[in-house]
Amino acid sequence: MTRDGKRTFLLWLLAMLAGAAIVWNSRFTADMSFFLPARPTAEQQVLVDQLKEGAVARLLMVAIEGSDATQRAAQSRELRGRLGKMPEFAAVQNGEAGSLDADRDFLFRHRYLLSPAVTPERFTVDGLRTAISDSIDRLASPAGMMLKPMLARDPSGELFELLRQLNPGAQPNTRAGVWASPDGERALLLLQTRAQGADTDGQEAAIATVRAEFAAIAAAAGIADARLQLSGPGLFAVKSRATIKSEVTRLSAIGTLAIITVLFFVYRSLRLLTLGLLPVLSGALAGVVAVSLAYGTVFGITVGFGSALIGEAVDYSIYYFVQSGRSGVAAWKTRFWPTIRLGVLTSVCGFGALLFSGFPGLAQLGLYALTGIATAAIVTRFVLPRVADGGAKPRDLSRIGTALQNAMAILRRLRWPTLALALAATTYLALHHDRLWSPNLSVLSSVSRADAELDTALRADLGTSDSRFMVVVRGADREAALQAAERAGQTLDRLLANGSIDGYDSPARFLPSSAAQAARRASLPAAEELRPRLQAALADSPLAAGKLEGFIADVAAARQAPDLERASLDGSGLGLAVDALLLQRPDGWSAVLPLRLPAGDPAVASIAVRQALAGSGALVIDLKGEFNQLYNDYLHEAVLLALAGLAAIVALLAITLRSTRRLAAVLLPLVLAVLLVIAALHLGGERLHLLHLVGMLLIVAVGSNYALFFDRAAGQLEADTLASMAVANLTTAIGFGTLGLSQVPVLHAIGVTVGPGAVLALLLAAMFVPRETAA
Amino acid sequence: MKRFFAGLLLLALALPASAAFDVGQLMNDLARNPGGKAKFVEKKFIALLDKPVVSTGELSYNAPDRLEKRTLTPKPETLRLDRETLSIERERQKLTINLGNQPEALAFVDSLRGTLTGNRAALEKSYLLHLSGTPDKWVLTLLPSDEKIAAFVQRIVVAGNRNQIRSIEYLQADGDRSLMLIEALDAR
Repeated sequence: MTRDGKRTFLLWLLAMLAGAAIVWNSRFTADMSFFLPARPTAEQQVLVDQLKEGAVARLLMVAIEGSDATQRAAQSRELRGRLGKMPEFAAVQNGEAGSLDADRDFLFRHRYLLSPAVTPERFTVDGLRTAISDSIDRLASPAGMMLKPMLARDPSGELFELLRQLNPGAQPNTRAGVWASPDGERALLLLQTRAQGADTDGQEAAIATVRAEFAAIAAAAGIADARLQLSGPGLFAVKSRATIKSEVTRLSAIGTLAIITVLFFVYRSLRLLTLGLLPVLSGALAGVVAVSLAYGTVFGITVGFGSALIGEAVDYSIYYFVQSGRSGVAAWKTRFWPTIRLGVLTSVCGFGALLFSGFPGLAQLGLYALTGIATAAIVTRFVLPRVADGGAKPRDLSRIGTALQNAMAILRRLRWPTLALALAATTYLALHHDRLWSPNLSVLSSVSRADAELDTALRADLGTSDSRFMVVVRGADREAALQAAERAGQTLDRLLANGSIDGYDSPARFLPSSAAQAARRASLPAAEELRPRLQAALADSPLAAGKLEGFIADVAAARQAPDLERASLDGSGLGLAVDALLLQRPDGWSAVLPLRLPAGDPAVASIAVRQALAGSGALVIDLKGEFNQLYNDYLHEAVLLALAGLAAIVALLAITLRSTRRLAAVLLPLVLAVLLVIAALHLGGERLHLLHLVGMLLIVAVGSNYALFFDRAAGQLEADTLASMAVANLTTAIGFGTLGLSQVPVLHAIGVTVGPGAVLALLLAAMFVPRETAA
Repeated sequence: MKRFFAGLLLLALALPASAAFDVGQLMNDLARNPGGKAKFVEKKFIALLDKPVVSTGELSYNAPDRLEKRTLTPKPETLRLDRETLSIERERQKLTINLGNQPEALAFVDSLRGTLTGNRAALEKSYLLHLSGTPDKWVLTLLPSDEKIAAFVQRIVVAGNRNQIRSIEYLQADGDRSLMLIEALDAR
């Protein structure tokens, strides 16, 4: 190595070390923020908040199977007993009798501050008469009989007012005293983790705790066939992170190993192999560094894309070693480098288009690949020649090249059949164009079908709704948000009364605003006023006023009671309910009011809610709709970006090639490759989504590299140049093809599109070489 | 004298015959009732109240599984029992409970349905039965044999004539009592 070479190598090493230091300190994540919008609308922000912090995201459903109903119930009780004491769980429910007593006691104790029915009118003689007579009438019903023991202290029925707001709906079945599936074959529990949905580590720890405790219980009871089934958003997050983690390592290893094998066959030298990997290493590192610096957090999926990057970036050193082998480095720089540079630029255009995506994962992939490829090319051009200078030469590939030249002649005969096939593919795509793309975001989720089915089954068993529709109100502080929730609640009460909705939840139900609590407190008369009013109200009633001293004492106590605060709810399940519905945002507080809509088309019911709340500043949100809207926005944007990327590539080529004919010759094989790949994928039953669309752009961006060589050869394409292209193409196909093995839909889609697409691009470029340049 | 003895013998023969009105025979009679509609008046005697709470409405029964109690006063409410599903509708709220998995509640509800259908086996699973009176005026007392049911109810007394039930009285565990008087509406 020359002095110049050493200096260059040292500089490169320093840069690599600096990069490694940045990567070491980078934050890596495999959570769903990959998919969440970078620039959310107000509605989408609610969706994001719900996924990250909402109650639904902290829900774990547990099913106990095996053994018999009595044993399952015993295990359910034991599990609840153990988990309920643990700080990881905010709530553990299994339908056991008495499990909700604490909550009911709380409601009863604070009924005069909580009940929306508490108004000054209710404590007048007439108001008392009506309320107490209603309470007595309710005793005729089995439902009202449950309130009988409370009658003397709560004759106006405030507890009833509180309980009837809660969803009686469909409670899960019970068997042997605990919740069970309708067929009784599995006992069910519902857990709420303390960890937020976005805290995948916390979710993982909570899930591990559930499994460990259950295993201990089953072992202690000596039950061999006891099984635990778990589902919920947290489990999905943990599972997909594990999938991504294992795939990043597995796919990179497979890809790298295969590529190294190919390279070793070509280079026949450990030194050349090592040198050949310099640009790749540099590119992979630079990619992560760029993403880390630009976004702060690196997604696991982005790193998983590394295998494709390696396959693509290694091309440049292959070109360098094979092509400079005969003609020398100086000639390579003048003859081949401009073509390679143009190829790099088209790739950069393709990946660069993704940078503008509002889909954060896509933007990261774009930045990662773009930086990686550019770095690899720059290292190949400016570092490699100085460091490598002379030494071992790679295997002479001219025999392979000659064979390939002969193969090209055969390929050319397939021109017409290929065009016919492309026409068929075009027709097929045109006929299916409206059914080509999957219309919802779930195609991007890495949740397996079995897991999704179990989730649906458990949800049905437990009767947990998807909480699809919700009203969201905001306020500068907690009090303002609660007051806004109370105002929205009044509107919703009217809709409830006329049957437009079946019910709703509100954080203000258990934690009323200070204003509402003050108003209720002020509605309560002093004992010396209440007593004569009761006498008058109950003159003809079967309930003698003299038996209601407990009521008078409770009202007097409530007049002195301090405001309920969030801390007052600690230790009951209600605190958790409030936390889930009352979120602190950077710009204030949001209160979430989930809606229960009547059976039938929910869209119709949600329109009534929207109309009623119009102008109040409340947002009415359909989470499922928002999800689909989000995906459609992404898809729409991806179409625009792909077109913009394509336009940039075409413009770049047009400016450089300065000939319509040459431009057409370069583009034709790429367009054909895209058509054939997409038609084949759809025909093969692959559910196409926006990452396939991105893959189409990448076929053009990556495939153009090969077409350009044929263009630049302008006459004879030498045997070893052809061979270098074949090898480079093979490594690219391996790199992307490895992604095709992935279970992560994002990576899989790019892999199965670009892998075959790159190979086809080379074959078609060889097939459609213009006559005068044909070999 | 001979005739007297013959009469005495007849009487002696006849005595077991009238005593032969037992639970089995009552159940057979009841099982022959295909169902129909009835008016009811229910009085609940509650310790805290000076007067009973009175509710009225209609009962309808379709052998063997469907029973509906439609309360009209003081507040409309519909209670429906279909096989093992109990639903309560009141003030636009509906609650559905599957009793199949709640044996105690089912046993309680079945005290009425078991009597209506003459299902002796179902009744004897949870209650000790004691019958007195004649086919024209019988009283069937059900005493819970299971502690869990005894937590709901101490004693159930059903009275009737032939295959018609006239009244049902529930004596609750806390000492409160409800009495339902039933008057068949001749629907058939």
